[in-house]
Amino acid sequence: MGYRLNKEQSNALFAKLSEKYDIYAPKRFPKQGRYSDTDVIKYDKVTSFDEVEYTEKSTYPMKEVLNPVHQTLFYFNDEDYHEAVKNLRPMLIIGRACDINAQKIQERIFLGNGFHEDAYYRRRHDMAKFVLMECNGGTDTCFCVSMNANKTDDYVFGLKFSENGLEIESKDAEFEPYFSEYEKEDFKVKFVEDNQLTVTPPVIPDKEVLNALKKHPMWKEYDARCISCGACTMACSTCTCFTTRDVVYTENADNGERRRVSASCQVAGFDQMAGQREMRPTAGDRMRYKVLHKFHAYDARFHEGPMCVGCGRCTDHCPQFIALSATVNKMSKAVEEIMKEQGKEC
Amino acid sequence: MIRNELQPAACRILSVKHESVHEWTFRVATDIKVSHGQFMQLSIPRVGEAPISVSMQGDGWLEFTLRPVGKVTNEIFEKKAGEYLFLRGPYGNGWPKHRIDGKHLVVITGGTGLAPVRSLLNHYYDHMDEIKDIHLISGFKNDESIVFTEDLAKWKEKFTTIYALDNDQKEGFRTGMVTAFVSEIPWKDFGEDYTVLVVGPPPMMKFTGLELLKNGVKEENIWMSFERKMSCAIGKCGHCRIDEVYVCLDGPVFMYTVAKDLVD
Repeated sequence: MGYRLNKEQSNALFAKLSEKYDIYAPKRFPKQGRYSDTDVIKYDKVTSFDEVEYTEKSTYPMKEVLNPVHQTLFYFNDEDYHEAVKNLRPMLIIGRACDINAQKIQERIFLGNGFHEDAYYRRRHDMAKFVLMECNGGTDTCFCVSMNANKTDDYVFGLKFSENGLEIESKDAEFEPYFSEYEKEDFKVKFVEDNQLTVTPPVIPDKEVLNALKKHPMWKEYDARCISCGACTMACSTCTCFTTRDVVYTENADNGERRRVSASCQVAGFDQMAGQREMRPTAGDRMRYKVLHKFHAYDARFHEGPMCVGCGRCTDHCPQFIALSATVNKMSKAVEEIMKEQGKEC
Repeated sequence: MIRNELQPAACRILSVKHESVHEWTFRVATDIKVSHGQFMQLSIPRVGEAPISVSMQGDGWLEFTLRPVGKVTNEIFEKKAGEYLFLRGPYGNGWPKHRIDGKHLVVITGGTGLAPVRSLLNHYYDHMDEIKDIHLISGFKNDESIVFTEDLAKWKEKFTTIYALDNDQKEGFRTGMVTAFVSEIPWKDFGEDYTVLVVGPPPMMKFTGLELLKNGVKEENIWMSFERKMSCAIGKCGHCRIDEVYVCLDGPVFMYTVAKDLVD
């Protein structure tokens, strides 16, 4: 079942949904981009159809809604840590298939790795439902199809945005009453079936090949090219790492917050322990660590494919024009080489 | 109510003992029970949190032996008996006691690496019937960095011990790296019935591992304890990950078959 809404009706629908839900969607912030005269598109609360930016890929990923760049974990004084609990309203998060698939990976780490769930992610996760936005085909940095992340079933209803308004694919019966007054139409959200880019992650069969790959000269290139800025991590749909930091309100106060802040394995110091040398001292070491996590280690642990949805944001953001897609394809070639050297069949 | 594993609890410091100039042991009041070789997250409000291994445990207390080498440990060194540390845990797997009981045990440590294995050694000291015998090689940089002096003296009574200083002379201590003494362990008398525990700085563990293999020690009989940066200790923050392994969840103790391939 589907519906068609004009602009005015679409705005009315958003207003009605906002009565019960906080709606998060990509929103354009003019002149706030990384370069002069550029805009930034990021996830924010919206209450109207007009606010949603649907023509372009958002600059920053959907993960920021459920896993904010920084969030308060505890308020402390000298005697105690008090858990910071936010009162949350139910959330609807609007995103493309790749965005929604990326949240599965976030969920795997925060709720499904180890013996304890992350309480902060659990609270947000349980309040959130996804709304699928039809993708208009993406950009030349997208490779969602290669990552098997171009389709999803995890949404309560689907939307196709256009300048005329919305087309709606009704899916979850709970939301049907919001649409039923509008014009019916046979509509189903279409998924992207092709990208310009194809990325073929390597199959690394054993530790001998893995450790040879770690020593492969291909990583040296990044010592010179990568400036370890961490922009790729901040833009990444799936990266989850964070550092915990205590912040005090004033110089002499006993009061403060324990905060979680997104961290990047690309920035020097990520692995540094007190009084010890870094484990990965060069940009090449850190690039290797990131790429192998996404395209080998994550799957080796969870057997759920790569830790990447092919959104291409890391490539879009890199000030040094490093394309993750090219790096992965290069790595696959290196693995083939190594396997030949070791007399193994590809 | 969702359980929050990250919540630390205030625990009173019972005593502070100076093991050496730079290594002090803090005894903290708590009823938390810990397996030998596990670690806890220690917090100080305003400063932060760090993973620290438990160096000894008793009825109603835990001990932590540390050096002031970072933000958190520097601040802990300012604390006195009666003040508070914040604790959560324990985390990690600890030493595989079921694979040690009833066998010959060889323990090789470098410096403060003795701390995470101290409570296990003291347990066997009190229960020598649980084990065939213990061979302990403990190396320290120099006279100044020797820790647990009383334990070292006590262990001599029941264990076969080799204590060494890297390049310093002292009575009761030999001179040289721990690797130089590995061949003195009577491996031939053990048959298959032994377990080796290694803990110390990364280069010390690496070269000790290689030396053990040279002496015909089986990879499956060697266990090593790792140390990495951590922000959460529950598998979320990502700092301690090496390939598909999380040191906080799958370690800090690893069989050598796994440990040898853990390239950061």
